[in-house]
Amino acid sequence: MIIASSIATFGRYCLFMKRVFSVPEKWGIFFKRTVGEINKLGVGSISLVLIISVFIGAVIAIQMQLNITSPLIPSYSVGLATRDIVLLEFSNSILCLILAGKVGSNIASEIGTMRVTEQIDALEIMGVNSRCYLVLPKITGFVFFMPVLVVLCMFTSLAGGYLVAVFTDIITVSRYVYGLQALFVEWYVWYALIKSLVFAFIIASVASFYGYYVKGGALDVGKASTNGVVSSSIFILLSDLLLTKLLLQ
Amino acid sequence: MIEVKNVTKSFDGRTVLFDINATFYTGKTNLIIGQSGSGKTVLMKSLVGLLTPEEGEILFDGRDMMRMSTEQRKNLRREIGMLFQGSALFDSETVLGNVMFPLIMFSDMNKAEMRERAEFCLERVNLVGAENKYPSEISGGMQKRVAIARAIALNPKYLFCDEPNSGLDPRTSILIDELLHDITHEYNITTVINTHDMNSVLGIGENIIFIDKGHREWVGDMHKIFGTANEALNDFVFATDLFQEVKEYILKNGRTAHGAARRDVMQKK
Repeated sequence: MIIASSIATFGRYCLFMKRVFSVPEKWGIFFKRTVGEINKLGVGSISLVLIISVFIGAVIAIQMQLNITSPLIPSYSVGLATRDIVLLEFSNSILCLILAGKVGSNIASEIGTMRVTEQIDALEIMGVNSRCYLVLPKITGFVFFMPVLVVLCMFTSLAGGYLVAVFTDIITVSRYVYGLQALFVEWYVWYALIKSLVFAFIIASVASFYGYYVKGGALDVGKASTNGVVSSSIFILLSDLLLTKLLLQ
Repeated sequence: MIEVKNVTKSFDGRTVLFDINATFYTGKTNLIIGQSGSGKTVLMKSLVGLLTPEEGEILFDGRDMMRMSTEQRKNLRREIGMLFQGSALFDSETVLGNVMFPLIMFSDMNKAEMRERAEFCLERVNLVGAENKYPSEISGGMQKRVAIARAIALNPKYLFCDEPNSGLDPRTSILIDELLHDITHEYNITTVINTHDMNSVLGIGENIIFIDKGHREWVGDMHKIFGTANEALNDFVFATDLFQEVKEYILKNGRTAHGAARRDVMQKK
């Protein structure tokens, strides 16, 4: 029963996406709305990304130092491990799980409220393709800006670890910086960026889908928002597994 | 003119509209009336294409909407203006932005022309000076007027209004009714109003369709409604003592202006 219902929901999602990816009625309006969404969903998330990244980077550096106690492991491993954890998982998967909460709930509740207040019906009656008009700029804007957030997250997290090296005596600054540069694999950065693009698409599209099909009132908008966040988180984890297998092995 | 022929609509096996036949005339205020849950909103949503009936025809000046291609339906929708129960104004746009929206999407006007047209529509609904306010900053009555201005911005041939008086005080309701009536005649629009407001029924009902439990029970106008023998319609329209007395007064004195009759009855009381 659950499987049948999940397949049916996925089918509706595919049909929804088919209508989303239509040619916009007016390109000028589409670009204007896309810039607006970049500002709202992307630029509006910078402060959250910076705060989370600096603390998590610092925590990772401390935990690496506490766990690497063997004299056989060089001390610069703290910087190296911090860098690789940030590049491989934190700056994309974990960051996107966090953003699924912020951006996903924002999108689902905005579109859901438009649905229950008949604003979407008003668009449809005017002859506007409401899915394309409302959702395409959100997906485009968020996917476009996500690499910026990921790169900011990478630098800020590593800066968090650097602050630990500066203000504590658990590792010297020079060993930490050496560790950051040691055995660097450029592909890890590309891997992080590719994953983040897929995750950004999932967050924006899944949240929009749940918001668009809200039926009822304020309570249902809340439920849709929760469902959007939960579903996009699950999809992010599933695609993380798939992409890691495809891109790293 | 809009003709509805043998329209039937069900939800999950439960029929809510049974073989409805109705005609909505151009240049007249056509009212769909009925109790809550009678099916009038389903009928209106079917008329504008938000719901698809299982059977029947809906003809817009001879064009059957149910047999149109997606493109044809899209073009037809550009001839339709709609006023929603909750106004459905876009929160993120100002009053002027809301009225300009259909012009931006579907007209070839330049920005100055669009602004001029939007200001004209706002002036027509007596809403000068509110252009730069957001919907959350204006009253319910003003929101309704903005929604009317937006609905007429593209010179629609058909205007649909879903409970335009809900949530409004009686005086504002009468103003909205008069505005819809005047616009209908001025621009020769086919206006369809879904209401259960008795002041609207008796004030602007030039063509009234009464729906009861999904069936079309009665067709007539505001003058004929006082002499109707239809029990369900009598129970619905003259449910309150005041309207019952107004009816008796009108039948006795032969007056048709229900507003004046109501005033007389109230003065006597």
